[in-house]
Amino acid sequence: MLTIIQEHLEEIVAVLLFAIGFTTLLLQRNLIKKIIGFNIMDTAIYLLLTSVGYIEGRTAPILTDGITSAQYYINPIPAGLVLTGIVVSVSVTALMLSLTVRLYRRYHTLDIDRITLMMKGEDD
Amino acid sequence: MQFVQNVPFFSIMLCMVSGIFSAMLPGRAAKWVTAGLAAVVAALNLWLTIFMWGYGESYVYWMGHFPAPWGNELRAGVLESTLAVVFSLIMLLSVLGGMRKLNEQVDHKKVNIVCVMLDLVLAAMMSMLYTNDLFTAYVFIEIMTLTACALIMSRQNGRTMVSAMRYMIMSLLGSGLTLIAITITYNLTGHLLMENIHDSLVELSASGEYATPITVIMGLFFVGLGIKSALYPFHTWLPDAYGYSTPTSSAVLSSIVSKAYIFLLIKIFYRVIGMGLVTSSHVMDLMFVFGVAGMIIGSVNAIFSHDLRRMVAFSSVAQIGYIYAGLGLGTGMGFVAAIYHMLMHACAKSALFVSSSGLADASGNSKRFSDLRGAGFRNPAAGVCFSVAAMSLVGIPVLGGFISKLYLSNAALYRGGIHMWVLLAALAVSTLLNVLYFMKTVITLYRPPREGFQAPAPERSPLSGAAMWGFVALNLLVGLMAQPIVTAITNGLMMFE
Repeated sequence: MLTIIQEHLEEIVAVLLFAIGFTTLLLQRNLIKKIIGFNIMDTAIYLLLTSVGYIEGRTAPILTDGITSAQYYINPIPAGLVLTGIVVSVSVTALMLSLTVRLYRRYHTLDIDRITLMMKGEDD
Repeated sequence: MQFVQNVPFFSIMLCMVSGIFSAMLPGRAAKWVTAGLAAVVAALNLWLTIFMWGYGESYVYWMGHFPAPWGNELRAGVLESTLAVVFSLIMLLSVLGGMRKLNEQVDHKKVNIVCVMLDLVLAAMMSMLYTNDLFTAYVFIEIMTLTACALIMSRQNGRTMVSAMRYMIMSLLGSGLTLIAITITYNLTGHLLMENIHDSLVELSASGEYATPITVIMGLFFVGLGIKSALYPFHTWLPDAYGYSTPTSSAVLSSIVSKAYIFLLIKIFYRVIGMGLVTSSHVMDLMFVFGVAGMIIGSVNAIFSHDLRRMVAFSSVAQIGYIYAGLGLGTGMGFVAAIYHMLMHACAKSALFVSSSGLADASGNSKRFSDLRGAGFRNPAAGVCFSVAAMSLVGIPVLGGFISKLYLSNAALYRGGIHMWVLLAALAVSTLLNVLYFMKTVITLYRPPREGFQAPAPERSPLSGAAMWGFVALNLLVGLMAQPIVTAITNGLMMFE
């Protein structure tokens, strides 16, 4: 059991972080905390991807000293996926934050339940 | 390689490039660019469909001419191109039908931005239809989420902002689950292209290893994309998001955005994981249960809603339930019925949203059903459009809904067992409930107005009238051309394997 935990430490941490982020995004009523939860959730996935993509003792596949054997390099695709994912989550975070600013200016609270209640009270 | 085989790539790139141009153009020109784009994409894909019909098999398009496993790929078959034609036609009609409303309800400096979003929705739709790469699919899932959120708040008031926020929250939960499913798939197989993943998964399952992770992947994909396509019980964001936005946004959201996720899920289950593995797990049963529950509860909610557009929105929950119940049968026939229902529902629901805004206008924007009396006479095009689409969803023969219900019950009969009884009973109950609320509305539209009701001055709008007749024609076509469409779906699904 202990060896399993030691061997898969990153994966276990990633899954725990994913769970924390997911529940924060789902259950927190504060919009800013929801956005933080979303970021934790996405970062956990990137941790999972990078930890699987990295092999100890190998380097990034950039040809500098003439070594062409694939055994000395790691697979660059997971890193590429993580980069793409980061771009996506940055833009999503920006959009969520701007929406939050708008909602706060209109309702003067960050609590999504109270905002929903106030919205139902007003006519459109 | 013939020139027509470039169409999938052209469709995606055209949408992206028009998005850039729409951002620079003034609102009026941008709207025509979007409408023209949808028309061009529809025509191109029609050309491809005719070609594919003769070609008889699917083909893989290498982006950048790098062979698999390195390059990114598109893949086209007759099913994808048929769906692309229908969805771009819906986009064209929704833009034309809602064009005047866009001027009224959107800040006129921002109309071109709404058009950018519409272009990007079409781009994401085309990519999700044609892509052969899971991570590309994920990127376009996110693009679709962002653009859909922007479309919801294109009409700016408190309700749309709150519903956009709630949509984003639910959608992000869905994307998170989808992304971790893709990550685990990549960890297990080391591939991102669909065919390669499928081959590795078949090998893995034959060796008996990793049975649990594969089930987990299926569950994550199902819940993730189920949340995003508003499957009951994850539908809580839907009524507000569809009910209060501009008619174009509602039509596009209900008929294109949610369908793209369902099609992606079908593609993942049918092509990436493979029917053999999917049917032996219990994920399909879960799908079936949620679908059947959605069929009933969506309709019940629709009966109790007092606002026309919210009613139409809740009926979406029921119709999405039909699609998932069909998929949940876990047979080829169930998939065919579900895909046909998806197509039919996309045509009918966009028609309902566009026409119900026309009807509400003809009744002084009142929310009460009693004020809708006689609206069918005040705006004849909208009245006919609403009635045809409603009858299609109820399942009157000749129209698409009848045929999809026929195929669904047929698939249930061939499935047999408890699935058959449950689905047949749910179909019967749900159809009755559909009749209750849709026929009530259609009859209301053609009753004499309430005493003392002041009808607003009629507004002439030939463009949206033409769009509504276009919707009528589209709905009739989907019903009348059911046989070729079903053949295309069946052949397309066979090409998936």
